[in-house]
Amino acid sequence: MSQELAQIAQLAINGMAIGAIYALVALGLVLTYKATEVLNFAHGDVLMASSFVGWGLIVGLGWPFWLAALTTVALAAIFSWFVDARVMRQIVGQPQFAGVMLTIAIAFMLRGLVSMSFGPESRNYPTPWSGQKTEIAGVVIADLSLVIIAAALLITLVLFWFLKKTALGVAIQAASQNQLAAYLSGIRVKRVTSLVWGISGAIAAVCGLLLAPIALVDIGLWIVVLKALAAVVLGGFGSVPGAILGGLLLGVIEQFAGVYLPDGFKDAMAYLVLIGVLILWPRGLLGEAHGRRV
Amino acid sequence: MRFHYDTSYHDGQTLLRYPVGRIAYAALLLALLVVPWVLPKYYVGEMSYVFIMCIASLGLMTLVGYTGQVSLGHSAFIAIGAYTETWMLSQGVPFGPSLLIAACLSGVIGLVIGLPAIRVSGLYLAMVTLAFAILTEHTIGHWKGVTGGFNGLSVGNPVLAGFDLGGLKPFYYLCLGVLVLVLAGLLNLMRSKTGRAFMGVRDSEAAAYSLGIWVAGYKVLAFVISAMVTGLAGALLAHHVRFLTPEGFGLILSLELVLMVTIGGLGSLRGAILGAVLISMLPTFISRIKPMLPEHISKQFGLEIFVFGLVLALFVLFEPKGLNGRWIKFRTFLQTFPLYRKDMFKRGKSYMKSERYK
Repeated sequence: MSQELAQIAQLAINGMAIGAIYALVALGLVLTYKATEVLNFAHGDVLMASSFVGWGLIVGLGWPFWLAALTTVALAAIFSWFVDARVMRQIVGQPQFAGVMLTIAIAFMLRGLVSMSFGPESRNYPTPWSGQKTEIAGVVIADLSLVIIAAALLITLVLFWFLKKTALGVAIQAASQNQLAAYLSGIRVKRVTSLVWGISGAIAAVCGLLLAPIALVDIGLWIVVLKALAAVVLGGFGSVPGAILGGLLLGVIEQFAGVYLPDGFKDAMAYLVLIGVLILWPRGLLGEAHGRRV
Repeated sequence: MRFHYDTSYHDGQTLLRYPVGRIAYAALLLALLVVPWVLPKYYVGEMSYVFIMCIASLGLMTLVGYTGQVSLGHSAFIAIGAYTETWMLSQGVPFGPSLLIAACLSGVIGLVIGLPAIRVSGLYLAMVTLAFAILTEHTIGHWKGVTGGFNGLSVGNPVLAGFDLGGLKPFYYLCLGVLVLVLAGLLNLMRSKTGRAFMGVRDSEAAAYSLGIWVAGYKVLAFVISAMVTGLAGALLAHHVRFLTPEGFGLILSLELVLMVTIGGLGSLRGAILGAVLISMLPTFISRIKPMLPEHISKQFGLEIFVFGLVLALFVLFEPKGLNGRWIKFRTFLQTFPLYRKDMFKRGKSYMKSERYK
């Protein structure tokens, strides 16, 4: 394989790995948005907080990786469940802006709590795959990247199976489409929406645990939620498959922009994509047609 | 209890209808004029900063509170105002015109960002402006020729007609003067045809449209006015901080501005001022009470942002009308003294206006 092709393949794989994270974060955002019409700005901070909790359990308390990971995911799920059931429910019926502000407030509080209890330094923790590499057809890939892609694939498949095939999953879809109709057919809408928030929190925790070994455990990790927003918009707002596709694409676009465009474009790419798509092509890749009723 | 009983057109047109209000605001202005001679130096500087934030908050309130367009990117306009002012001064443009140019350039950028507002609204607009703010910060960091990049840029002294306004007291009066001018301008704007159109667009686009209001035009106009006022605040802020770095105009500043208008109470200029005063004083207040807290809390970073979040959450949950709503309740309590009832301002049941397309 020629050098150039190898480089392109390398970039694509790296982009897919980081894009898989964006896709998962975007997936969490879309799930809660569809269920409660709240754009959860605290999502990135749940992710950041769970990577800190993961660090605390693995390095601080010396727990084995898998046990620590499971505990962290469970904690994040319970936390998100309570955020919906106890906090977000108070402002149901108020304009969307109130929801945005409340999630920003929760985000601020989480960020403050994490930096008060852990301190602002960056840190790292070992995973079973740290530092190992695999070579496939002349392209060297870090095992961590493969694990991330695999995890993203697994979570997406399980989630799709859950939403399509199980009774609870169908109930979630029904509650997301029309709360009143769902309620009248005997679905416990409040509990179901809280469950969606819980699932979304759990996904955020998985992302946090996977992202931390590549990007270090740091307060700044929350910024990934902004990248995920770009992914959501690129894929089409409110579409679950779109979020996945948008995330993967965005990751790849970023990697290529880092190499082929001038310095500084890599970090700005996500936001350029966001603005460009929203203005020129608001439907996104797989979005439903936009329309507003008067 | 006070009843409106107008005996001439003039009564309906004055800004301050009653002698009580006139006396109160005159006293407030007088107190603010005396402040620099009474308070210690540190607080005079802080007050100038509060005034600048009030101007910026008024600018954002025009957009979010009066036209209902949420912008999470107003730090960008502050940055544009600040850097334009600094660059103009370094090019030899005198201080007065440089302020105007900074405001106008910010307004032009506001026009460019406001144009998409015709196509995208609500959450989407919030996201566009958010992305714009981040991009502006990036651009400032990488455009080293003009902005000095991450090394920063020092700001020239504001000299107006041979008189240096950079000193503590002159700068205080400069900020106060600009604030009063902006406030008076916006107060009158909101009572005019334009302001009424803004509110019409906010409350129902369809209704405004069917009344013959040019919705798209007024949306963009609100963006331009808002950006100009915010840019003006940015130009003043440049003189307050004296040394510009891109980090100073990050996302957190945007969010602080949105915090100000939300906590102040959307749709009221008084709210914008109250919110700006509260939020810009909060860090000083926190650093004051830090020594009283137990050491393991006060030593840590992050207390400030936690308190910001807590205050915002409490307001959204328990007082959605913000400080202005609180103030109106208090005023009504005084005016109707023995007759005030707790449920006078009870919120009616409201139902979510879903944006789902069915």
